[in-house]
Amino acid sequence: MARHGIMQPPPLISVQNLQLTGRRGRGLETPIVDGVSFDVAEKEMLALIGESGSGKTSVALALMGYARRGCRIAGGKIRVAGYDVTEMPPAELRSFRGKTIAYIAQNAGAAFNPALPLMDQVIEPALLHHVMPRQVAIERAIFLFELMALPSPGTIGARYSHELSGGQLQRLMAAMALITGPEVVIFDEPTTALDVTTQIEVLEAFRTVRREEGFTGVYVTHDLAVVAQMADRAVVLKNGVVQEEGTTEQILSAPRHAYTQALLAANTPQVRNAPTQATDSGTVVPVLDVRDLVVGYGGTGPDGRPRHTILSDVSLPVMPGETMGIIGESGCGKSTLIRAIAGIQPWTSGGITFEGEALAPRIEARSAAQRRHLQLVAQNADLVLNPAMSVGDTLRRVLTFNGDAANGAEIGRLLDMVRLPSALADRFPPELSGGQKQRVNLARALAARPRLVLCDEITAALDTVVAAAILDLMMELKRELGIAWLFVTHDLHALRSVCDRVAVLYAGHRVEFTPISALEEAPHHPYTRRLENSVPEMRADWLTDVISLRDQGSEPVPALSSSRGAGCCYAARCPVRIAICEVATPPVWRSPAGALISCHLTSQDLS
Amino acid sequence: MTVAPFARRWVSVIPRIPGSLILFWLLLALLGPVLAPFAPGEVVSRTVFAPISAHHLLGTDYLGRDVLSRLLCGTGSTVLLCAATTVLACTGGVFLGIIAALKQGLTDTLLSRFMDGVISIPSLLSALVAVAAFGSSVPVLVLAMSLIYMPGSYRTCRMLALSIVRRDFVLAAQMRGEKSGYIVLREVLPNMTGPVMADVGLRFIYAVRLLSNLSFLGVGLQPPLTDLGSLTRENLLGLVYGAPAVIAPALTIAVLTVGLNLALDSYKGKAG
Repeated sequence: MARHGIMQPPPLISVQNLQLTGRRGRGLETPIVDGVSFDVAEKEMLALIGESGSGKTSVALALMGYARRGCRIAGGKIRVAGYDVTEMPPAELRSFRGKTIAYIAQNAGAAFNPALPLMDQVIEPALLHHVMPRQVAIERAIFLFELMALPSPGTIGARYSHELSGGQLQRLMAAMALITGPEVVIFDEPTTALDVTTQIEVLEAFRTVRREEGFTGVYVTHDLAVVAQMADRAVVLKNGVVQEEGTTEQILSAPRHAYTQALLAANTPQVRNAPTQATDSGTVVPVLDVRDLVVGYGGTGPDGRPRHTILSDVSLPVMPGETMGIIGESGCGKSTLIRAIAGIQPWTSGGITFEGEALAPRIEARSAAQRRHLQLVAQNADLVLNPAMSVGDTLRRVLTFNGDAANGAEIGRLLDMVRLPSALADRFPPELSGGQKQRVNLARALAARPRLVLCDEITAALDTVVAAAILDLMMELKRELGIAWLFVTHDLHALRSVCDRVAVLYAGHRVEFTPISALEEAPHHPYTRRLENSVPEMRADWLTDVISLRDQGSEPVPALSSSRGAGCCYAARCPVRIAICEVATPPVWRSPAGALISCHLTSQDLS
Repeated sequence: MTVAPFARRWVSVIPRIPGSLILFWLLLALLGPVLAPFAPGEVVSRTVFAPISAHHLLGTDYLGRDVLSRLLCGTGSTVLLCAATTVLACTGGVFLGIIAALKQGLTDTLLSRFMDGVISIPSLLSALVAVAAFGSSVPVLVLAMSLIYMPGSYRTCRMLALSIVRRDFVLAAQMRGEKSGYIVLREVLPNMTGPVMADVGLRFIYAVRLLSNLSFLGVGLQPPLTDLGSLTRENLLGLVYGAPAVIAPALTIAVLTVGLNLALDSYKGKAG
């Protein structure tokens, strides 16, 4: 931000007219990045903003003198910390990477070798580049662990990657990048794969370490709210061309370019849904009724409950034509719930009825009509479409299987329903973009003419703009076809914009069940509130506020006794817990606004 | 990353090879006896192990027979016999392998243990036992060799299929209620064609080797039928004279197996 000194030092990173080209198979070279130029001053953090395919990661990798397979740096000048990256011979590049410039990747889970203790891997760059002796490196690593608020920094290095959570691994990876004290650090979407609650911890850790270490940074992301917290300046990329460059404040508050404005609009929450007046008054039969569902593994204990429960007594009625949202962090059991409803996850007790009839736990035992009317749309569109089958054949098979007419017109109609051109029918999934694949995925579910569609994080892997379009599409289909949706997500924005009612899951318990109208009004379960507060906002001091709020709130809580079992599932993390929370199962009560909350505290306490 | 233009052109030719190469060998196998200038069993020269000449393009063998004619006939039996073996072994292996991956549980255990049993016996030994029990005839050889090479194909395909059956599109098909046959043929198999093709090439080599071994031992194809292995064996003495009679069939085996494998390895399915 403070770039207007009297004697401006030369920029630490200077990219001029960068050209990157790529080749697919034996095809012609096509430009990936075309004429990108920007400077980063010393100790500054620059954000590269763009959607997938915008070339932001390619630019970031080019700073390290690296081009992905099939790509090459075709032109332009890259100077980083006094080195001319494009001219460096391989041996020099190797010592330049790791020593002068470091890279923090998106998926830390995949970056660590599961067979080696973490400390060995964290200090490896320092030993490899002969920066410091082993003992010094270990001390520095422990210092970095402390800085990033990792639990038990002295001993965490002796553990293995599978023993830690995603957020912790991401911080360890940052420590690995920083161990050599590099001048430049590249962050490549480091929090995209994390839950919002975890993201806060990681972002705060990055900020602390940057304050202490004072490196120059390049932060690659598509999330504008994260940019607001982390970066001083930002460059907006689209299709490999710079659209706009400016300070973070200017980009986020007064974007000049139309594309930046569109990006901002997609990031701003909006209501897409005209709420259906569905109530469980008893007059309408719910399309789906989940009653006291218990799912677990490890066999059944003497009390008839599984030894390890994933879902505890979850109930969920879904009315015809309604959008039911399920939200919770990873590991809360939301996908398990979807799998149980879909018939691929057996349950221990409780039951599920579909249109008034009991559903068999196993898909094989369900009737053809039930299989047809209950469709699952899975998260990962890359895995869910057969790469060796054309889009048309995929849809045709569903139609013929259900005994419907499967002519070209019908397939065209289905593709049109998900706003895809009918010419796409001859294409194969690997040729499609992520958003297109997810639309085909939806079209396949719609081909069966379902009454209820289960959506498991269908927008999680998509860019904001594409995800917004998918949500719009869902709502249009809901209006046109009267389909009920069960929408699982960890994205509160998405949830708000499409759902009629919301169930909040924590550790397999339904802690709150609320109509969307009541979501804005207090009181709420403490976990719901925490989720709400964790969604990044586009103002720069949001992270500071959240962290200070969290630090204040954590004082008067009674210490947690070691005996767990009965009691509230959220007691361990609850900032407002009282003594009874640990011993008794909380009652369920209805708030004035209509939310069902399971908590020992009363409406007044929580307001 | 940068490939010289001539190399690039060469690389771009490779994908077109498999079809034409297989066609070439099949044509040679079928037309070989017709093309042969002499009858394969006829003694046509007084010189044994004669060198290359205009009259005998590849010289003569240890009895003074025309090597080219014998080679043309021998190639046919090797190619056809081994192709039949490979087709049988791989069809069985691919099908059972995918079924085992798909069904898992008892089906998988039974199939896998049976295949382990078969694979644990040395291939030459089981072939010798089969020939000893049922005599040496073309059907016995083909069936015995198919059974011997099915487990290898089965194991490869089971492993390949294991990663594919866990993907969501197979789950989607199962949730729709599709039959196993459809899932194997349309959902799983098209996604593993590349590695399966490479495996087919390997099985073919193994079959050629086993048949040659058997013929070398004298229990393979019986005269007057001949194959590349027995041609090599019967002319082994020619090695000391540097006679083409022994070099030509050995070279043919090498060209056939290495060429077919290079070609099949370069095969890429739709999924690429």
